[in-house]
Amino acid sequence: MDPAAPFGSILSDRPADRGERDDPSMFGDLNLDQVFAAMAAGRDEYDLMPFFGAPLRDVRAVEYRHQVQRDLEDEAVSGAVAEFAERMGEMRRHLAQARKLRNRYQKEHWLLDAAGIYSRALVALAGALDAAELGSPGLAAFRQYLAEYTGSPAFTGLIADIARVTGLLDEVRYCVNIKGNRVRVTRYEGEADYSAEVEQTFAKFAENAVKDYRIGFRSWPEMNHVEERILDLVARLFPEVFQALDEFCARHDRYLDEKIRVFDREIQFYAAYQDFIAPMKAAGLEFCYPAISAGSKQIDVKGSFDLALAAKLMPRAAAIVRNDFHLTGPERIIVVTGPNHGGKTTFARMFGQLHYLASLGYPIPAREAGLFLPDRVFTHFEREEDLATLRGKFEDELVRIRAVLEQATGDSVLVMNESFASTTLRDAASVGERVLDRMTAQGLLGVYVTFVDELASRNEACVSMVATVMPDNPAERTYQVHRKPADGLAYAAAIAGKYGLTYRQLKERLAS
Amino acid sequence: MKAFLMYPDRDFYLGQDLPLNEADLTSDLELGVLLRAMADGDKFLADVARLGLHSGLTSPEEIAYRQHVLADCIAQPSVVRDLYGVAIEALTAEKKILGWLFRDSPETIVHRTRQLMQMYVDVLRRLRGFADTHTASFRSEGFTRFFAMLSKELGDEYLAEMEAHIDELAFRRGTLISARLGKGSKGAGYLVRRQPEQSWRDRIPGMNRNRSGYSFYIAERDETGMRTLSDLTSRGLNGTANALAQSTDHIRAFFGMLRAELGFYLGCLNLRDRLTAKGQPVCFPEPIGPPPTDAGHARLSARGLYDASLALTLGDATAVGNDVEADGKQLIMITGANQGGKSTFLRSVGLAYLMMQCGMFVAAESFAASVSTGIFTHFKREEDATMEKGKLDEELDRMSVIAGRIRAGCLLLCNESFASTNEREGSEIARQVIRALTEAGIRIIVVTHLYDLAGRCYAARDPAALFLRAERQPDGRRTFRVPPGEPLPTSYGEDLYRQVFGTADTAGVT
Repeated sequence: MDPAAPFGSILSDRPADRGERDDPSMFGDLNLDQVFAAMAAGRDEYDLMPFFGAPLRDVRAVEYRHQVQRDLEDEAVSGAVAEFAERMGEMRRHLAQARKLRNRYQKEHWLLDAAGIYSRALVALAGALDAAELGSPGLAAFRQYLAEYTGSPAFTGLIADIARVTGLLDEVRYCVNIKGNRVRVTRYEGEADYSAEVEQTFAKFAENAVKDYRIGFRSWPEMNHVEERILDLVARLFPEVFQALDEFCARHDRYLDEKIRVFDREIQFYAAYQDFIAPMKAAGLEFCYPAISAGSKQIDVKGSFDLALAAKLMPRAAAIVRNDFHLTGPERIIVVTGPNHGGKTTFARMFGQLHYLASLGYPIPAREAGLFLPDRVFTHFEREEDLATLRGKFEDELVRIRAVLEQATGDSVLVMNESFASTTLRDAASVGERVLDRMTAQGLLGVYVTFVDELASRNEACVSMVATVMPDNPAERTYQVHRKPADGLAYAAAIAGKYGLTYRQLKERLAS
Repeated sequence: MKAFLMYPDRDFYLGQDLPLNEADLTSDLELGVLLRAMADGDKFLADVARLGLHSGLTSPEEIAYRQHVLADCIAQPSVVRDLYGVAIEALTAEKKILGWLFRDSPETIVHRTRQLMQMYVDVLRRLRGFADTHTASFRSEGFTRFFAMLSKELGDEYLAEMEAHIDELAFRRGTLISARLGKGSKGAGYLVRRQPEQSWRDRIPGMNRNRSGYSFYIAERDETGMRTLSDLTSRGLNGTANALAQSTDHIRAFFGMLRAELGFYLGCLNLRDRLTAKGQPVCFPEPIGPPPTDAGHARLSARGLYDASLALTLGDATAVGNDVEADGKQLIMITGANQGGKSTFLRSVGLAYLMMQCGMFVAAESFAASVSTGIFTHFKREEDATMEKGKLDEELDRMSVIAGRIRAGCLLLCNESFASTNEREGSEIARQVIRALTEAGIRIIVVTHLYDLAGRCYAARDPAALFLRAERQPDGRRTFRVPPGEPLPTSYGEDLYRQVFGTADTAGVT
């Protein structure tokens, strides 16, 4: 991108890059629905779901996002962005409140505060970005835009007015003298704080932790007639202050910049993911920016794991087993076999997740990865259908796989999990062979999880990988899937080793 | 104001956590018996005793601080018990004020705390009197400081100042509340102010020097308006009521702390009374710092060391004392006859460490040892209540938990660990564990039947290892003493069998 080009969007420098929303059942099958829901949680106001449903088809567009996120890995930058988002949310809440209030001074005071929050947020963000080394064209262009905007006379004038009027209001001190039904409002003239005197006398008994006896008063922004009356008298005691407030609002009622508003939403696409994976990274899980290719289907992934499962296992996620896999030469389809609860489904989900997350331009849950950029990710998972007969279910599965194969192109990824498990071994084998042949003919990349060992060596596009159970404790979800011919199981673990009590393990444990 | 009778520089905090392995220590070392003797039927003393026993002091100076306070208590038990009574009295004062509610308005809080405060002033005055009378006869740094503090902090002038506040808090001259403009110009920061002093001119109509201001009246039937005024007053009084209520809390906390700290020493007195009544010796131990991380610095020597818990349960009999010389030993391995006193000896060492490191006396004629940074026990369990795991799994799991917590300078007491599998496997696991832990600077005392383990350890001739063997007389009788001795290939289970079943040929009895 031309460094001098004006700032457009932090998500893309070319609007046409954005694709279409994918099959929602795919999100569910891959547990990406959980991932996206967790990412969007607490971010309703940004409406992020449309972004998650718009994968990229252009390697350069992916690169644009990678660069932005590499910049955001600088805590100074991501911290500044998070702070900015926080402040912008606060500002919106202020504006909403100002709209609801009826008392003139109240409305105006809320608007003043909103403008103050906005201006401080922008100054802070501009300062932080100035101090940062930015490598991404996206953030660099935004920084340029922000510098120009915050340097403009309109903005500096706004800041000066906010400071002056806020200062005047903050200095107002008054007293209310209550005696029966009589209320007298005066300026405050230095009368001593009585609670402080009490505290001082009894200070010698003071402890750190004590119960708080203060009553929580319900508080709402509106005033009743008595409060308005008091405020009116305060305004009469301090006329110059409230006149300044009136003037401020007449001058600055439309201060919010449109490009800033859009940036505030779009940057959340990155922040949401960053916040989601940060605790996992802290727990020792690795993420990487995959090398993305639009042409080559040679795949090589190391140390990869199921993102949704890792999120569920937090904070013990570091125990999750990482898997390696690769496809070279004519290899296109990983056929996974092995015992139940051995991690087959997890492996399949992981494969689909990696490709979809990569096509959103996110760093992916793996130590290092080279991936193909697919046009779509399809899934074909076994469905729970209580009322369906055995035959109905098998039929339904065939209908679904046909639809998938019709929609898929040579650039698609297909993840099949325990497909055709509802029929006989012979049927499952013969249907499986045909599906695998069609996938191979189309050149699809994919995973085929099955209980039919023979499918693992169907043709030269197929690679056999086998799931293994942890011998000690099958309930422990630490899945490992190895590249080897489909065969039996292998168990080995010394009993002391299981508890970390061998000499070597203990030396290590006690050294830390 | 701090009592500081437990630590020279900090409180004995009742909410502090017990060691994570407190339950293990309690069952393995039979702490329940000891604690019941300390509590003497008082639930509060039981809690304090348990917390105190697990103090785990590692500084010889801090230990000596408590030993000296305890020595004062032993010298003047009646004064200490009276002082404890004053603390109890202060803590029950609150119950005399009726109608104390869970959630009060600031006005009611002010009203009630005024009454409570008046009672506290009276008790504090009596406490001061105690200090005036007894300060000369107490010698420990702890008590000397405590009495001096009472004289200094609770002077007549200060007590008068408290009473002046109690009077002022009636707020007879109305409420003056200051405020600023808060969010959206709503009033905020309401604070009751002291009414300015009135001069004679203020009281004459027309001569009022009152500053400029505006007044209005709330209409008589305007209930919302009156509620707003009352709400405003409450907000203004909130901080004052809080300060006042917290002050009474603080005073209550002071008495609570005093009760807890004295309570620990009371518990020690109770225990000492029980043991000395049986003619069993107690002595102040000599703690040696710092916690040793290698054999060269590990000290442990004792004469007449016995199991205090056992002594308390023996009725008329007395517990047998053992002598130990284990300076420079990182590993102590105890083998020998069943029911020969191995476990009892192991417990007596664990108890002595706990008692020493809480500042108490120990059950021995003399005891000197390096302090430890933590005491861990791995005792054979008779049954696994959960039945979820095999016995070996259960044992390994517990040891793994210990390994996750234990560090250099700690003490580990093992009683027949890894006996739930065959001897060869159990010995191998134990060897690896013992080797790794001793190398990591942990002191280990092991009771074991595993000859494969003990025999091979003995053969290694490690100068930092000590081997003790439960004594057996030639006629098969046990002395319950555990003198030095090399491991022998068989234990004496047959003896025990004979003792239980009478003769070897009565096996048919049901």
